[in-house]
Amino acid sequence: MEALIALVIGVLTASGVFLALRGQTFPVVLGLTFLSYAVNLFLFVMGRLAIGVPPVISDAAAYTDPLPQALVLTAIVISFGMTAFVIVLALKARAELGNDHVDGMHSDEDAAR
Amino acid sequence: MNGLAMHLPILPVLLPLVAGIVLLTLRSAPLAAQRGISLAATAALVPLALALLATASDGTQLVYKLGNWDAPYGIVLVADRLAAWMLMATALVALFALLHALRGDDVKGRHFHVLYQLQLFGLNGAFLTGDLFNLFVFFEILLLASYGLLLHGGGRLRVKAGLHFVVINLVGSTLFLFAVGTLYGVTGTLNMADLAVKLARTVPENLALVEAAGLLLFGVFALKAALLPLHLWLPAAYAHTSAPVAALFAIMTKVGAYSILRVYSLMFGADAGAVANLLADWLMPLALVTLVAGMLGAVAATALRQQIAYLVIASVGTLLAAFALDSVDGLAAGLYYLPHTTLATAAMFLLADPIGRARGERADRFEPGPAMPGAPILGGLFFAAAIAMAGLPPLSGFLGKFMLLRAALESPWLTWLWSAVLATGLIGVIALARSGSLLFYRTHSTTEKLPAPGTADWLPAAGLLLLGFGLVLWAGPVSDYATATAAQLLEPQAYIDAVLGGRP
Repeated sequence: MEALIALVIGVLTASGVFLALRGQTFPVVLGLTFLSYAVNLFLFVMGRLAIGVPPVISDAAAYTDPLPQALVLTAIVISFGMTAFVIVLALKARAELGNDHVDGMHSDEDAAR
Repeated sequence: MNGLAMHLPILPVLLPLVAGIVLLTLRSAPLAAQRGISLAATAALVPLALALLATASDGTQLVYKLGNWDAPYGIVLVADRLAAWMLMATALVALFALLHALRGDDVKGRHFHVLYQLQLFGLNGAFLTGDLFNLFVFFEILLLASYGLLLHGGGRLRVKAGLHFVVINLVGSTLFLFAVGTLYGVTGTLNMADLAVKLARTVPENLALVEAAGLLLFGVFALKAALLPLHLWLPAAYAHTSAPVAALFAIMTKVGAYSILRVYSLMFGADAGAVANLLADWLMPLALVTLVAGMLGAVAATALRQQIAYLVIASVGTLLAAFALDSVDGLAAGLYYLPHTTLATAAMFLLADPIGRARGERADRFEPGPAMPGAPILGGLFFAAAIAMAGLPPLSGFLGKFMLLRAALESPWLTWLWSAVLATGLIGVIALARSGSLLFYRTHSTTEKLPAPGTADWLPAAGLLLLGFGLVLWAGPVSDYATATAAQLLEPQAYIDAVLGGRP
């Protein structure tokens, strides 16, 4: 399972980096979202992978580390808020700059790049 | 300790948060009431910071356990000399920037005061926290507020610069989380003091992971501090935002510098065993290159605010060069230079605003324009601020640079540091002299009706410059405090004992 999760995180990060480097705001926002998915998953598995064990110390002998779950919850909330903000900002930039290029290009060839 | 004194470290964090929330509920209240609350909450940070300075000045490291949970299980705030020093600088800059904003910038958009208070909440929290994940959370708070403030008032260039600023900082936040996650995965803790203990005992097979996380963290802090080559977001963002926001942002790059100092003196310092002195090979060359690039940018700038933004980058280079010396004298020079450069840059940004307005449609671009009304007072203040920023005697920039040069005498970097600092000092003088003479002397008479600056336009900037002059008048006590702070930072064991209560 570790290899699978590692692969997922790797693919998400790679797609995120690729998309974040694109010229239009929409792929950039998607890329940032992928990056935050990747990091959330990464934070979560830092508490080590375990199946069917409670995150609290109880009568059961085994328990899983609850702290990464708290951390990832915080990170999800923050990245969710940030994504909402950056989408609104991208829309505002589209309205103010007249196109969706991250540098606000004006001519059509510039925008097509 | 009892009563209020016990809760002193949390007050600078709680006060702006509460003020921000109160202001949010008072959206429809009269403007004067909103301004009054915002101003009172900001002004109250100054005595709070003074009280913390007084407590910390005898070497006490005040540890505040939230919910009374012992570290490392609970979250702690730590008010030591460095934190109190940063809080003081923040409180002063914030107060004067807000005074400037009250003359009209705060009504150009909505929620200025709410965002301003939340920005202070994030800044103060970042300086006080003793937990790496909380540092991330406070970073996010101050960034989210700064996005709002940066875009406040709107406008095409502001939106464009803001988009870059937001996207690059979101990538930075992601990298921060990756670094934090890796450190947690290896050590099982995020309390900075506990991390320092655990990292010193890193087993060899985890060494590469810890070093990767440590350097990733450095990348994030370098991005916040605008260290080369991660500085490209800064000039546009700072040059296009409103004057009070740019002045407040003078402290934002210092948050990155503070984090570098805190994390790498505590967790990766000389006592950190296998991961000791992680940054030793990186920080000094990057800082010097940043200094040179910032100054060259200042010479090439085509507008005053852009020039100041490049001077911010140069000052980050100077500051981190001082921190990179990693000696008591070097850190002390940096800690003396830090409030100086924050105050001087903020004053410059506040001055650029009335100068730009007094020049009509040319704004602050470097092109000959009509003789501006109020040139004697604006020019005089610009002259004083320029002397401070360029590091000429008798103002505080000179003392800071002098301390830095003296501290470098024993360093293997002596030649590089001296040549970079002295050469960029000269370039800085040339750049500022050129812009000053162009703005104030190369003028022609005009029939254009230009607005004369009122007292409220330049008074906050003058106040900041006066505070900077205070740094010279009381240079003895200030540099003693900076030296004591540096000594405290280089003895991380005391911090660890204070937080963990002496337990292993």
